[in-house]
Amino acid sequence: MKQDLTLTVNGVSYTRAVEPRVNLGDFLRHDLGLTGTHFGCEHGICGACTVLVDGATLRSCLMFAVQAQGCEITTVEGLSDAQAPLHPIQQAFRDQHALQCGFCTPGMLLTVVELLDENPDPSEAEVRDAISGNICRCTGYQPIVDAALQAARTLKGGTR
Amino acid sequence: MKAPPFDYHRPQSLPEALELLRGADARVLAGGQSLVPMLNFRLLAPTALVDINALDELRGITIEGGRLSFGAMARQREIERHAGLAEIAPIFAQAVREIGHRQTRNRGTIGGSLCHLDPSAELPMLCVLHDATLTIQSAGGSRRVAVRDFIQGAMSPGLDAGEMLTRIEMEAWPQGHAFAFLEHARRAGDYAMSSAACLLTFDAQGAITRAAICVGGLGDRPARLTHAEQSLLGARPDEQLFAQVAEEVERLPAEGSIHASAPFKRQIARTLVRRALTSACATMVTA
Repeated sequence: MKQDLTLTVNGVSYTRAVEPRVNLGDFLRHDLGLTGTHFGCEHGICGACTVLVDGATLRSCLMFAVQAQGCEITTVEGLSDAQAPLHPIQQAFRDQHALQCGFCTPGMLLTVVELLDENPDPSEAEVRDAISGNICRCTGYQPIVDAALQAARTLKGGTR
Repeated sequence: MKAPPFDYHRPQSLPEALELLRGADARVLAGGQSLVPMLNFRLLAPTALVDINALDELRGITIEGGRLSFGAMARQREIERHAGLAEIAPIFAQAVREIGHRQTRNRGTIGGSLCHLDPSAELPMLCVLHDATLTIQSAGGSRRVAVRDFIQGAMSPGLDAGEMLTRIEMEAWPQGHAFAFLEHARRAGDYAMSSAACLLTFDAQGAITRAAICVGGLGDRPARLTHAEQSLLGARPDEQLFAQVAEEVERLPAEGSIHASAPFKRQIARTLVRRALTSACATMVTA
């Protein structure tokens, strides 16, 4: 039986009726049309579906949408507007060629957002630890690590 | 890879939650980091989920006079970053950092880990290491049980129908105790092939006065090395003695997996026990 759900996604409030078994990521993609959140493994291994819920990353395949009642969600679409310049972390990914197929990128970006919010000056080891739950099959990770470190420098410079 | 249909309940109080668990084929939904994958794989198909994320009664970590008390819903990330816990029982932060990844630690809970009971899980191991006492509640009442009686095997918590784990309590070791937690996995965040944890105290002359050693991931549950603990009493830290007491691992039940045979797991565990004891002593020297 469908249940009513009200939540905020990227600053916009939505109310929908949703079946309890629908996970948050599918809700974002299918009910709200926000297809920036990608689904890889659907059992909490690959990290592609990572979103921010009340500021903390989680795997949106491991949370049911009904559990997000009243929560504030940030997806990759919330990092920058289509017309606006890229978010510094997105810009760093672009500069460092930190994506090839792009499938892992939304999850990587939001993971780096959380990391830099908490630790504005991470070491390379700390970046690697933070992204250890996000699988990338293209880049070999080095450009992603470089991008995170570049973004940290940019954000510290106050250009955000 | 989608969960089967279920009725969803989000009770606002513990009595309401316990009432919902009565009778029906209901599962408790805590952090969901193990339960939801199992639902997605359709390994489970409960008629109802009772989501306990709204229950304030189950939150938080309190420290009173050396006694640690975790609400069942205390999240792994909270345990990892808890300032008071870092001071009084620093092994928690060290071990929790090995659990999964930040995204899963943001959700995963101590109670969920204890009720799922993967044999290599870190938090059940720390509970066994500290001889924790668990509070189990149901609509009919409440009982307390030692963690070693609660753990009945892999993925087999000692819970009857309608019961819920609500609180986990243990005595912290004396201020300044030595500690170490080590595990080995092929990749960061994977389930450990084996793990070892230890706590030690010393007298003024540097002899060991109390020891607790636990290994995980070998058999179907965390196991204490009781003979090793005994033989360390009165001894001074000594690499050779540590290697010798670690041999007790050879007598413990071990189950092989596709990633590591039973003898290989034992070999890793033996090495980790020796290294954990050595590394714990090193923390004492610097302290």
